Amino acid sequence: MKALLLRDLRLATRAGGGFGLALAFFLITCTLVPFGVGPEGGTLARIAPGILWVGALLSCLLSLDRIFALDFEDGSLDLLATAPLPLEGAVAAKACAHWLVTGLPLALAAPVFALLLHLPGPAYPWLVVSLLIGTPALSMLGAFGAAVTVGLRRGGLLMSLLVLPLYVPTLIFGAEAVRRGAAGGDPLPALIFLAGVTLGVLALVPFAAAAALRVNLR
Amino acid sequence: MSIWEYANPVKFMRTSGAILPYAVAGAALCTVSGLVWGFLTPQDYKQGATVKIIFLHVPAALMAINIWLMMLVTSLIWLVRRHHVSALAAKAAAPVGAVMTLIALITGAIWGQPMWGTWWEWDPRLTSFLILFLFYLGYIALWAAVENPDSAADLTGVLCLVGSVFALLSRYAVNFWNQGLHQGASLSLAPGERMSAVYKYPLYLSMLGFFLLFLALLLVRTRTEIRRRRLAALLAREMRA
Repeated sequence: MKALLLRDLRLATRAGGGFGLALAFFLITCTLVPFGVGPEGGTLARIAPGILWVGALLSCLLSLDRIFALDFEDGSLDLLATAPLPLEGAVAAKACAHWLVTGLPLALAAPVFALLLHLPGPAYPWLVVSLLIGTPALSMLGAFGAAVTVGLRRGGLLMSLLVLPLYVPTLIFGAEAVRRGAAGGDPLPALIFLAGVTLGVLALVPFAAAAALRVNLR
Repeated sequence: MSIWEYANPVKFMRTSGAILPYAVAGAALCTVSGLVWGFLTPQDYKQGATVKIIFLHVPAALMAINIWLMMLVTSLIWLVRRHHVSALAAKAAAPVGAVMTLIALITGAIWGQPMWGTWWEWDPRLTSFLILFLFYLGYIALWAAVENPDSAADLTGVLCLVGSVFALLSRYAVNFWNQGLHQGASLSLAPGERMSAVYKYPLYLSMLGFFLLFLALLLVRTRTEIRRRRLAALLAREMRA
């Protein structure tokens, strides 16, 4: 499992792995929004929590098809399926690798992008914390979506249709935590719900994703 | 009689063929009479004539949720016991459910415009229905995208399970996010005022009509799927020969 994790990390960080692509996409989203809604600081500050969370969601989505597609094409996924490591473990390792190269950098870089959107000061720690708690669920659900669509030729668009509705609870609780932080309220209830969603997803979704992979490898 | 007998498509075709005319006739009778009766009810003292849209809105919303529930059960039966007709029934039900969801959303918007002064409001009930509609779309799209019918049934079954959990989760998550404008349940078992009998009985009739309508559509669509499957098998045999 560790070897698989390290292998995926190495593949993602070397040339052509697309590391940093998600970050660049996030930056572009945060740059485009002010063009759309106008440069007034007040408006931007009000919508910043939502934009940052939606931006993180979309950047996460962008790199999902890489989780399984390449391994499916060159056959290493078949080897993984016959390896002594349970397929559920392989799914978890791959989702973890995806999180380490997209979710974690996103969460750490988010304060910089929040600066662009005039996010109110007190919300910064909550933004980082909520992204740190929420993005593992995004990666894991994304792994499920990628597992379902891995055998399809044009699975990318379908995958976003399948995965984005699953992101709704995470988005609601995550953005709500940041919004409450920005308004000076108590973001803790939202964070606890967010953590609950993430833990549930981490515990159960690997089984669904592995089941879908087994169907696609049949 | 058990559902396992109907895993045999021949048996299913025979029984469903016998039920179908009655389902169609009952659906036509109940839906038409329920809606006409509903249309002839007196106007509400507060809502005026707009109250009459309830006879479309509530049955459609009821069916939208219950069709997803039925898809969940049939998907489970398929995943656990490889009941082929069950998987096809789930496939056949999905577009009907999507249309029911759409009817509930559209009639709700038409009613909301004069009553709430807005076509759309980000109210928890409305929002969770929109999310349910998205789940239906994803489910139908996945069925259409996978070529191998057994893989498609498996993948959509898993999606239906995961989607059910998240549809339910979203239903309660949106409560957290926004307080509602939508009124509570229209019908309740608790004794008391809730709804006048003038409206209640046509509503029951129209709910029964929508259920029979769904049953009829489900049977027709499942039969079509079975025939399509047979056709594919015949073509495959032809190719081999």
